[in-house]
Amino acid sequence: MTSSGSLLLKALVSPVGRKVLTGITGAGLVIFVIIHMAGNLTYLLPGSDPYNLYAHKLMSFGWGLYVLEIGLATFFLLHAIIGVSIFVRKRRARPKGYKLYKSAGGASRMGLSSRSMIYTGIILLVFLVFHLISFKFGPDVGDGYVAIIKGEEVRDLHRLMTEKFKGPLYAFGYPVIMILLGLHMRHGVWSAMQSLGLTNPRITPIVYPLGLIMGAGVAVGFIVVPLTIYFTPV
Amino acid sequence: MAKQMTIHLRVWRQAGPEAPGRLVDYTVTEANEHMSFLELLDVLNEQLIGKGQDPVEFDSDCREGICGSCGLMVGGIAHGPQRRTAVCQLHMRSFKDGDTITVEPWRARAFPIIRDLVVDRSAFDRIIVAGGYVSVTTGGAPDANALPIRKHEADEAMDYAACIGCGACVAACPNGSASLFTAAKIAHLELLPQGRVESERRTMAMVDQMAAEGFGDCSNHAECEAVCPKGISVAGIARMRRAYMKGVFAG
Repeated sequence: MTSSGSLLLKALVSPVGRKVLTGITGAGLVIFVIIHMAGNLTYLLPGSDPYNLYAHKLMSFGWGLYVLEIGLATFFLLHAIIGVSIFVRKRRARPKGYKLYKSAGGASRMGLSSRSMIYTGIILLVFLVFHLISFKFGPDVGDGYVAIIKGEEVRDLHRLMTEKFKGPLYAFGYPVIMILLGLHMRHGVWSAMQSLGLTNPRITPIVYPLGLIMGAGVAVGFIVVPLTIYFTPV
Repeated sequence: MAKQMTIHLRVWRQAGPEAPGRLVDYTVTEANEHMSFLELLDVLNEQLIGKGQDPVEFDSDCREGICGSCGLMVGGIAHGPQRRTAVCQLHMRSFKDGDTITVEPWRARAFPIIRDLVVDRSAFDRIIVAGGYVSVTTGGAPDANALPIRKHEADEAMDYAACIGCGACVAACPNGSASLFTAAKIAHLELLPQGRVESERRTMAMVDQMAAEGFGDCSNHAECEAVCPKGISVAGIARMRRAYMKGVFAG
């Protein structure tokens, strides 16, 4: 049997295959968060129409949206499962730790970001569940969140966003999580490229700082909207 | 006149593979700046033998940084604080008079402790046995330049061939991964025409063996490159992944 299923199974048990899968899914998730962030920024355009229209356009993909969502969920789950399994194996590979352990610096890319991947990852996964409950599965047209765009009734996601981020828990909790996302990407971007074998000594010095730029950019992009909502007087 | 130094050591002592170990404090008063770190341990051992105690066991052979026998965690860093230096070439001038230095063995499930600072690194041998060779009949030594190899490829192959198999990469890796060692062995063969033909098969066999030995997964911390006494680049690990993917998709 040489189906893609057996290929996936083979990759899941190999230390290199696991890295490749983590890299592919990680890269996919990075693309997703960038698109998501860009979409959120439409909230900042004047009026509620641009944001509601964007959300409505997205929802009108129909079955295409379901395909994307299933793909995205698969990526999230694979990424998380492999990440946890890497952490478990790491504990097994060194049952007794060092009394004293330091980084040698120099060529090392080890730091807060790389050492905290498992923790930032788990927090992001837990956050995702609450995030989906709040927004994706939150109040809809049936609950009175209706906006009229060009005579058509659409979900008033703008109102939901505004209401949620008027509360300090959302307004300040979300930015904290987004900083953790940026931290995760700081190591993740370079790590994905390295895991997919796309690096070499010439491009690594460019790819590594790219993680910092993208991580910081995504974090800032996501943080702007909640803080703008919170601090804008009604 | 060499500067005299007093060095305090906290050395991991463990009587056997299953015995519980602990850090034991020692002081060496007659150290000097020109001694290598291993010579410092030699002096300590003479002290211990003089007192009728068991000397500290550690591995060493050539003491000129090329055999890969020695390897200690010195002050929490594999091979100590000086870059691109095996611990036998680490000199006491890298430390200050009165310093306290913690010395531990490599720690990994795949490198079981035999005694004190000595670990069993035969897992590396088994990774080599799995595919770290060229299985074509090469005959006698070929004429020079009979097989054209580009200069930069020959240089790169040599960079990876510089791996002495000391195990510092595994020791320094937070995950206890042997990726840098395995990748170096794969890369130095893959870069040359004699080794290229078997690259994918070799890569898959060696990676599978690496996993079977109980080494951890790589998380791209690149700490291995930082401690490698030969400065082997993690670019080799990217190369190994490319070869592996080619192998998987080629069936």
